[in-house]
Amino acid sequence: MRSSMDRDKFFKLLPWISTPILLAAIVAVWKLYTTYSGISQFVIPTPEATWVSLLDLLTDMETWTEHVWITLFETLAGFLIAVLTGIGFGVVLGRVYWLELALRPILVALQVIPKVALIPIFVIMFGFGLTSKVITAAILAFFPIMLNVLLGVRSVDPGHREVMRSLGASRWQTFRHLDFHSTLPYVFAGMEVAIVFSLIGAIVGEYLSANAGLGNLVVASLNALDAPRLFAVIILLAALGSILYFAVTGAKRLMIPWHESVKQGV
Amino acid sequence: MTANESGDQSPELELRNVEKLYQSRKASTLALTEINLSVRPQEFVAIIGQSGCGKTTLLRILSGLIKPTQGEVQAEGRSLWRGDSRDPETVNKLGLVFQEANLFPWYTVEQNIALPLNLRGVDKQGQRDRAYELCKLVGLTGFEQSYPRELSGGMRQRTAIARALSYKPRILLMDEPFGALDALTREKMNLELQSIAEATQATVVLVTHSINEAVFLADRIVLLSPRPGRIRSVTKVGFERPRQVDLQTRPEFQNIARELRHQLNEKQHG
Repeated sequence: MRSSMDRDKFFKLLPWISTPILLAAIVAVWKLYTTYSGISQFVIPTPEATWVSLLDLLTDMETWTEHVWITLFETLAGFLIAVLTGIGFGVVLGRVYWLELALRPILVALQVIPKVALIPIFVIMFGFGLTSKVITAAILAFFPIMLNVLLGVRSVDPGHREVMRSLGASRWQTFRHLDFHSTLPYVFAGMEVAIVFSLIGAIVGEYLSANAGLGNLVVASLNALDAPRLFAVIILLAALGSILYFAVTGAKRLMIPWHESVKQGV
Repeated sequence: MTANESGDQSPELELRNVEKLYQSRKASTLALTEINLSVRPQEFVAIIGQSGCGKTTLLRILSGLIKPTQGEVQAEGRSLWRGDSRDPETVNKLGLVFQEANLFPWYTVEQNIALPLNLRGVDKQGQRDRAYELCKLVGLTGFEQSYPRELSGGMRQRTAIARALSYKPRILLMDEPFGALDALTREKMNLELQSIAEATQATVVLVTHSINEAVFLADRIVLLSPRPGRIRSVTKVGFERPRQVDLQTRPEFQNIARELRHQLNEKQHG
């Protein structure tokens, strides 16, 4: 009993110990490689040069107002649109069986298209500003949410339904006490994927056409052959993505503490 | 013990000439036919039969989850069905316990037990008081704020029973409520069900495939024969209450059990 509790405690702490060690190891290998392989500084910069660049980037106000904010706005706006429309379409398609059947081939086709390939079309249609990136982010994030909600709406336990029926519950009561709670874990599963997708959408949109945003900063650094800065921006993007992802996971822990995925998580 | 004659007391629950026909495009199956049964107030009736004999269908008809193709279902003299919809006042008199506890994992024990009261618009304090009272009755004191996943199978089923009792139904309908429990827990739950029935003065109809459970708990045992399901025999069990576990070792108990087993097997061959 005691030893199993010790083990649980150890497992809880493990990622906090392993992550710094792994990061240090990666930096060490990186440093050794740049020192001894003779590779050009323009291809892989040293960790120190990247660090200096990152500090420059973080202390420059323009990074925050012009780039981080823009990318964050595009990502969150796209994500929000995807959550609203994804839940709406998911519920309707999950409930109205014939409609889902009628639309299934088109839905599959839309899913199979690499949506990143559509971005140039959005740029033509919606211009070089924020709108085309928000829409790209929304479309990338829409599918995981819609598909998860569709599955969730159909996965309500028939035994639970029977309980509500035997208690003579109204439609609204059944939704409030059963369907809502039962579908929520699926909504969050979709949102966990979707938040990452919408960041990807925003950044790839910025790669193609933008005068602001972190994606634009990546392209600008590349054009300037500024490898340390390129690496620094990518580190910043990784941090932004992680923060967004953990925000969604945190909301999940708050909203569905009873769910299995929360109990077993980190 | 007067069992079948209901002359002295009006029946709590009555089935008249009930028939259930399942119809699909290819075939029709007669699940139940010529079911006549009346249950007195506070009587404990067990329904036994082989699997597939329609005992679950019968309980679902009693509870109003499915509508019989023919015949009448009445509780306290009122018809359960009004055309194609159920009479809400009659539904209110019925409490239902399934083989699976079917608790909502997002609600605590307290919230699960109070759910029927919540649906009926009882205020928060009333819900809470009743939930705590019922936790005491079914032996769940201290677990009011636990989530179902933290409970054992037996405790989940107790919660389900408490939920069914929350709105004080006159009639408790149970479909193999202890079928998923281990033998020891099951024996314990049988004893507790007896005292719960006593304390709440509810009428109980219990579907089970355990002959011992039926003989131990029931005042009357209805044995169904399969295909189509019809009442094969009705056995009175007159042991005094409260019954103790060692009742099962008494020869009278074993005689009844043997006779019922014989009747069940007879049908299997014939």
